[in-house]
Amino acid sequence: MTTRRIRGAAAAVAMAGAVAACSAPGSGGADGAASADSVVIGVPTEPDTLSPLLGYGKDGNSKIFDGLLARDAGMELKPALAKALPEITDGGRTYTYTLRDGVRFSDGEPLTADDVVFTYRTVLDDKTNNTAKSELAAVEEVRADGDDKVVFTLAHPYAAFAARTVLPVVPEHVAGGQDPNTGSFNTRPVGTGPYVLTGWSKGEKLTFKANPDYWGGEPKVKKLTMAIIADDDVRATRLRSGDLDGATLPPNLAATFKGDDDKKTYRATSYDFRAVTLPTGNPVAGDTAIRRALDLAVDRRAMVDKILDGAGRPAYGPLPVDDPWFAKDVERPRDLTEAGRILDEAGWKSGKDGIRAKDGRPARFTLYYPSGDKVRQDHALAYASDAKKAGIDVRVESATWEVIEPRMNHDAVLAGFGSTGDPDFGLYTLLHSSLAGDGFNNMARYDNPAVDEALDTGRRSQDTQAREAAYDDIQRELVKNPGYTFLTHIDHMYVLADRWKDLTTQTEPHEHGFASGPWWNVEDWRPRT
Amino acid sequence: MARLTARRALFAVPVLLVVTFGVFAVAAASPFDPVKAYAGTAALGADQETLDRLRENLGVDRPFTARWWDWLTSALGGDLGQSAVMRQPVAEVIGERLFWSALLCAAAFAAAVLLGTVLGVLAARRPGSLLDRAVTSLAYTLEAAPVFWTALLAVWLFALQLDVLPAGGLTDTGSDQVTFGQVTSHLILPAGVLAVSQLPWFTLYVRQGVGDALAEDPVRGARARGLSERTVLLGHALRSGLLPVLTLIGSRVPELITGALLVETVFSWPGIAAATVEAATSVDFPLLAALATLATAAVLAGNLLADLLYGLADPRVKLNEM
Repeated sequence: MTTRRIRGAAAAVAMAGAVAACSAPGSGGADGAASADSVVIGVPTEPDTLSPLLGYGKDGNSKIFDGLLARDAGMELKPALAKALPEITDGGRTYTYTLRDGVRFSDGEPLTADDVVFTYRTVLDDKTNNTAKSELAAVEEVRADGDDKVVFTLAHPYAAFAARTVLPVVPEHVAGGQDPNTGSFNTRPVGTGPYVLTGWSKGEKLTFKANPDYWGGEPKVKKLTMAIIADDDVRATRLRSGDLDGATLPPNLAATFKGDDDKKTYRATSYDFRAVTLPTGNPVAGDTAIRRALDLAVDRRAMVDKILDGAGRPAYGPLPVDDPWFAKDVERPRDLTEAGRILDEAGWKSGKDGIRAKDGRPARFTLYYPSGDKVRQDHALAYASDAKKAGIDVRVESATWEVIEPRMNHDAVLAGFGSTGDPDFGLYTLLHSSLAGDGFNNMARYDNPAVDEALDTGRRSQDTQAREAAYDDIQRELVKNPGYTFLTHIDHMYVLADRWKDLTTQTEPHEHGFASGPWWNVEDWRPRT
Repeated sequence: MARLTARRALFAVPVLLVVTFGVFAVAAASPFDPVKAYAGTAALGADQETLDRLRENLGVDRPFTARWWDWLTSALGGDLGQSAVMRQPVAEVIGERLFWSALLCAAAFAAAVLLGTVLGVLAARRPGSLLDRAVTSLAYTLEAAPVFWTALLAVWLFALQLDVLPAGGLTDTGSDQVTFGQVTSHLILPAGVLAVSQLPWFTLYVRQGVGDALAEDPVRGARARGLSERTVLLGHALRSGLLPVLTLIGSRVPELITGALLVETVFSWPGIAAATVEAATSVDFPLLAALATLATAAVLAGNLLADLLYGLADPRVKLNEM
């Protein structure tokens, strides 16, 4: 192991087709990692692409890029490439952003309103294979007004729209002349962000260096490496050996670092829930009495303690208990007696084998979980055993998504979702009857007119109190007719060398890795000393 | 020799055509959904409109015969097409990774041939001796050991317990330069594991070949003339004893390729393996076809090389009759 001094230098752009990855002249060796100006992080997966045009960094924190807006540690929106929060006019249908002055891309070219327009138009183009295009479905038109103003016109008033504009902005002069699906911008991106990509050895690691001209000030952490290590045990081992400074780890492995003085464990709460979809079309799972009984029969606390090693929270609905939009009064204890009473009243009578039946139909349905996902498997098995105590027979099966998808309208699925940013993002696609069975939206085919109406109110109203009331209504309706049995919200665990001051984590979405964990704002880290 | 090569090259054309066509047919019949593979986890939250649009853009529903023809005609024109799942041109995917895979395979192959020859000769010198029995049983044991198991064992022993070699990657994790020294130290474990997986075959073949040769008349004659044991062993026995190894070289290439896939995965080696697995499970036709063509070409070239060497080494073989 040699220690080499870090020398700031310009990034060399890898030649297309060159076999050896070019690199920035800089430090090497693992001992360089002991200083606070470089950090090496182990993550389980690598992005398919680094181009925001195909969805990279769409929820913010992308390191290489900035959006018009960004989020702080408390998930509040704050200006980024825009000078200020947008000006909302026309009854919530027009959003106008004014760009910050003097922002340049890392290649020295200035940022203009045309870059923003190009970014959004390309994402919205049908020919672009962006998987999250529907998140911008409300946009009717985006246009530049002079060099520093961008105007979005929406098809309908949309209160949550500002939260979508954390989408990273790409330079038209670089990405404009190529096919967004396969062009070189996917692997050699250029942005305005705090870091510049210096190398991407596919399947091994990505390396970044600080952008000295970053509009937010040059980051103190000069060098950032994301090592791709799929296996949890190998990742933990390489963290222990000092090869990595930090890593994403499952709770049981994160616990093994408890006694380590120079490492800190961070637990990020999340919107990432595990729930059972109860298809409306299934005569058993679609029955309101059965749904309510299941909701009362499950032992959420036990699932958190036993399956997640305590790294999670019981889920009483799609929104986590620490979300400001969470309706406090929907928390409910486990109550098997009440579950039995509801079933008796609805005519589901106990039979000889302990399984209830109504009009000769046994209370039985199949629950699928995607094979290979141990956490979901454990949830499914715990759910089935809790259901049995209430006299409901849940048959657990595992299969690939290719097999599960055609059955989602009849069989239950152990699903996991969760979007950050605004309750509309996660709830509308999960619950609105117009999206029942639309791809992977509303998998349970949930159909409740009161919920539909509240969702529309929450989406269109500009008045925060009216929105809060609407989302409270939805959460209470879900107690009366739970089309999903929400089980747990999963915490994400991270271990990181203790060389920086006052690090934080955000509340994280279903997907995590690159943009989450304590390194969500690595550009703001300050050394301890 | 030139004629043999030319004939083989002509014969390779229909083989490659059949292989690529077969790859397209098998991929089309596989249960994998290219749209889901393309979108990854994003697919599991996508609406139908998005899934349909991707299906349309990726051309998933076109008959595979048409897609094969398109791919073939553009490939012959030098354009290998675009890899959907990697979001970059196929040529770029292969260009970025092929060298590292070739380096790994070449190092492993050379090590396996050399070490196998040495062990085989040592074992053949005194058949039935303790050394012979040890080498032979070791060879049989290794032959039965799955590559990924050997790989994990090697990581556990050399990287975790002894901490003498890096556990994975091409260079040190914290470094962003590819230096000769770093690549060498990172190459030892994966190439070693791959070499060990190929070792038993070479050892056993050499042992058999040299053992037989030692019992042949020319060798006994040489010994009777009082030539030193070393001259007998290296000059006479080894020459004819190595002939079967030449045939083996060609036939081990496919095994080497599959072994390399597993080894690369375990060691985060930035070679072609991850791309191959991904191309297969996501039904990425252009990439899959290009990789299958490469693998087939490697196997055919290996066989040709073996035959040519055989012809050179064994005067009884006439190349123009092959």
